[in-house]
Amino acid sequence: MQSHQYFMPVFAVAILAFCYSCYQRLQLVGEGAAENRFDRPGERLAGVFAYAFGQKRVLARPFGVNHFVLFWAFMLLLVANADFLWEGLFPGSGLSALPEAIRNPLSLVFDLVSLAALASVLVALARRLFFAPSYLGNDYTKPCSGEALLILGMIATLMAAYFVLNAAHLALGQTAWMPVSLAVSSLLRGLPAATLETVANVSWWLHAVVLLLFLNFLPRSKHMHILTAIPNCYFRSLENPAVPPREVFEPGKRFGVSDVEQFSWKDLLDSFSCTECGRCQDLCPAHNTGKSLNPRRVIHDLKVNLIDGGKPLIGAKGEGTSCEEALWDCTTCGACLSVCPVLIEHLPKIVKMRRHLVQEKARFPEELLNLFENMEQRSNPWGIAPSERGKWTGTLGDRTFKKGETEYLFFVGCAGSFDSRAKQTTVALATTLDRAGVSWGILGKDEICCGDSVRRLGNEFVFDKMARGNAELFRERGVKKIVTACPHCFSTLKNDYKQYGVELEVVHHSELIAQLVKDGRLGAPKKIDQGKVLFHDSCYLGRHNDTYSAPRDVIEAATGAAPRDFERNREKGFCCGAGGGRMWMEEQTGTRINHERVQEALKQQPDTICVSCPYCMTMLEDGLKDQGAEKVRVKDIAEVMAEALNDR
Amino acid sequence: MLVISCIKQVPDTTQVKIDPVTNTLVREGIPFIVNPYDTHALEEGLALKDRYGLRSVALSMGPPNTVATLKKACALGVDEAILLSDRAFGGADTLATSQVLAAAIERLAEKDEVGIVFCGKQTIDGDTAQVGPGIATRLGFTQLTLVDRIEWLDLDKKRIRVRRKLEGRHEIVEAPLPVVITAVRELNRPRYPTVPMRLTAELTEVTVWDNQVLKLDVETVGLKGSATWVSKIFSPERDQGEIIGDGVGDPVGTAHLLLEKMLSKDLLAI
Repeated sequence: MQSHQYFMPVFAVAILAFCYSCYQRLQLVGEGAAENRFDRPGERLAGVFAYAFGQKRVLARPFGVNHFVLFWAFMLLLVANADFLWEGLFPGSGLSALPEAIRNPLSLVFDLVSLAALASVLVALARRLFFAPSYLGNDYTKPCSGEALLILGMIATLMAAYFVLNAAHLALGQTAWMPVSLAVSSLLRGLPAATLETVANVSWWLHAVVLLLFLNFLPRSKHMHILTAIPNCYFRSLENPAVPPREVFEPGKRFGVSDVEQFSWKDLLDSFSCTECGRCQDLCPAHNTGKSLNPRRVIHDLKVNLIDGGKPLIGAKGEGTSCEEALWDCTTCGACLSVCPVLIEHLPKIVKMRRHLVQEKARFPEELLNLFENMEQRSNPWGIAPSERGKWTGTLGDRTFKKGETEYLFFVGCAGSFDSRAKQTTVALATTLDRAGVSWGILGKDEICCGDSVRRLGNEFVFDKMARGNAELFRERGVKKIVTACPHCFSTLKNDYKQYGVELEVVHHSELIAQLVKDGRLGAPKKIDQGKVLFHDSCYLGRHNDTYSAPRDVIEAATGAAPRDFERNREKGFCCGAGGGRMWMEEQTGTRINHERVQEALKQQPDTICVSCPYCMTMLEDGLKDQGAEKVRVKDIAEVMAEALNDR
Repeated sequence: MLVISCIKQVPDTTQVKIDPVTNTLVREGIPFIVNPYDTHALEEGLALKDRYGLRSVALSMGPPNTVATLKKACALGVDEAILLSDRAFGGADTLATSQVLAAAIERLAEKDEVGIVFCGKQTIDGDTAQVGPGIATRLGFTQLTLVDRIEWLDLDKKRIRVRRKLEGRHEIVEAPLPVVITAVRELNRPRYPTVPMRLTAELTEVTVWDNQVLKLDVETVGLKGSATWVSKIFSPERDQGEIIGDGVGDPVGTAHLLLEKMLSKDLLAI
């Protein structure tokens, strides 16, 4: 029916152009450094089913349903469009050659699915035009960007052309199970056959041309994700994605990332997989308090830098470069990681760029100089003498970890050892463990900082020394199990130290206390009334380690009631502002993150805010003081439990 | 022209304890650090190297393990690090120490003109603030102590103007080169070493000069050349002051206690 002799060259040119674009992009990805993301194929495939085909993270938000519909419509229409192109090249040899018993149900599916696709595109368009959420736009793009409108318009045109084409065929007397096209054909009824032929022809060409344009537009736009999202899910990090890779310190090597090619190929693939959905931006504590950082922008700039080439990756102006301030704004809370539908790894990229600044340029906010030197010199952030570490034990007597005798190493951490407020948590935990008859001991003056802050801040050289020191110490002392009251120590010892061959049983005190309660080893704690209790999720316990219920269980056991949640809680919890080494830095731009969190708490008029992290404790107490709300107490879960036990 | 920074490796005094029985410093397991004031002396030498292309040399007298401290200086970017180490130099007081350092500087001056010698204003272990002035005296250099800012340096006219930080006032002083400058903390912010520099420094050989090189009369160096010696170290007894209340458990109550105490002794003028 169509003038197919012209289609062959059009098709050939379009496909060649498409392949060339894809090749160009892939070649750029190939410029990245080597990284093995090919292991454990079974696990990887399972992830593809969950995250790509199952749209697990997309569906975490209500509007994700619309994408789910569009995604599956695309998957099914892939067959229809392949057939469309095939028939264009070799008429009569595609699905039309199949027996009716197969062809009819297929036509029905394609017809209905096309309607679903059209509907979801119109809904998406309406959303962008009339009720766009704020996170769709930012400083470099708007919800109604030309790119977004163009792609939605193209898809809508494809569907419309498809219906009109089929409607014309139906009006010409073809039969098929196509209720939607049939409805459209009722509009064409009465037209002369020649006109219908023209309508069919025009629709066919419109569909063909738009389809080929669409295909060629993909690799050159944010819609590249249509091609890369599924591979990106396959190549995702199977380890904890927040853990940056270990660096090897040898002369002549580069440290960190200052040129885009120093990123791994997977980092570069990430940049082509971002479709600018803005979910990371929506949750980012830095972005939400008016700071320079926008995780989405970091990924966008990486892509622009990769494509444009030649521009400095850090510190230049305009698109394609990350400003230094933005890199230092990150609290490494991991919200971006946990929300990204296509599993882009924003956080390690930021750490890699920080590594360059610290290690190759020695350029960092000046308040970090003391921190770095204290860490290296005295292995704690404050530069307090290591001999002071075990002093908190006071009247508890000598609690030194004894090789072969003590079950748990209580890794007290710097805050728990030196910070006067955090020391109260330490004592509370110690007495609770004693009450349960748990065998525990400390390393005292020999304990060295886990290195969390220096690692997140990009000072991998110092972290490396600390991690090797601790790994050696644990081996020497025969440590098998570790309990810690600090989620930063917990996560670092549990996840980061795997890179140093340390595979111990590391538990956070919330998990251990919850287990002790469950096992009846703490008897029946008296329920102490703490008033209205709000629980604040620590990022490094929650998002980074997926532990949400243990601290809540402890509070429930100690107070008799489950704590209330912040408006933003669990996976969507809002950072206190101290992670990623931000604890040791000034917060000069925008509003303060801890103020924002405290204001969120005060809306519920709590009496007590429960935390499970010494950093959160400091940030929330400070925030409450600043807001004149000192009446609200901040307590660690261990303190709440110790109070309940002491009151028995 | 050379800019020389004299640095000393000192025990991390926050970690030093005095053995109550023997009244000696317990040095076991105590890490060494670069004397904090000397880090400013080092930084200023490096800053002048960066700005004027002077050749920067770090100089230290001490036992062989002082190499670690000099390697830190290498990691920060000095062109040469020289350790002055000999059994004969051991046990030196400030007089004997400045003797050795001055001799080394003279030796360096044989090859290249020495413009400025930087020292920290004092060390945190000896606290005498005498070595810098001692070097200046022995070399006949102008001494500019307690400097917190270099106003300008004119290499053509070979003059320098600095600001000295004195109690309650500043003093601007101009002097002809060569000079010895002792640095206070406000002089600069010491830089942080980059990793490539640290790794290179680990492989760098530190030049060691012993007394065969310096050829000093052994009666003028070390313990023998010292005019003073330490006879006893002890922690002073606390004859005043007490710890009251429980600041951790009851901060408000403790504050009240303190206030009452001060009021009862009429320490607060109301």
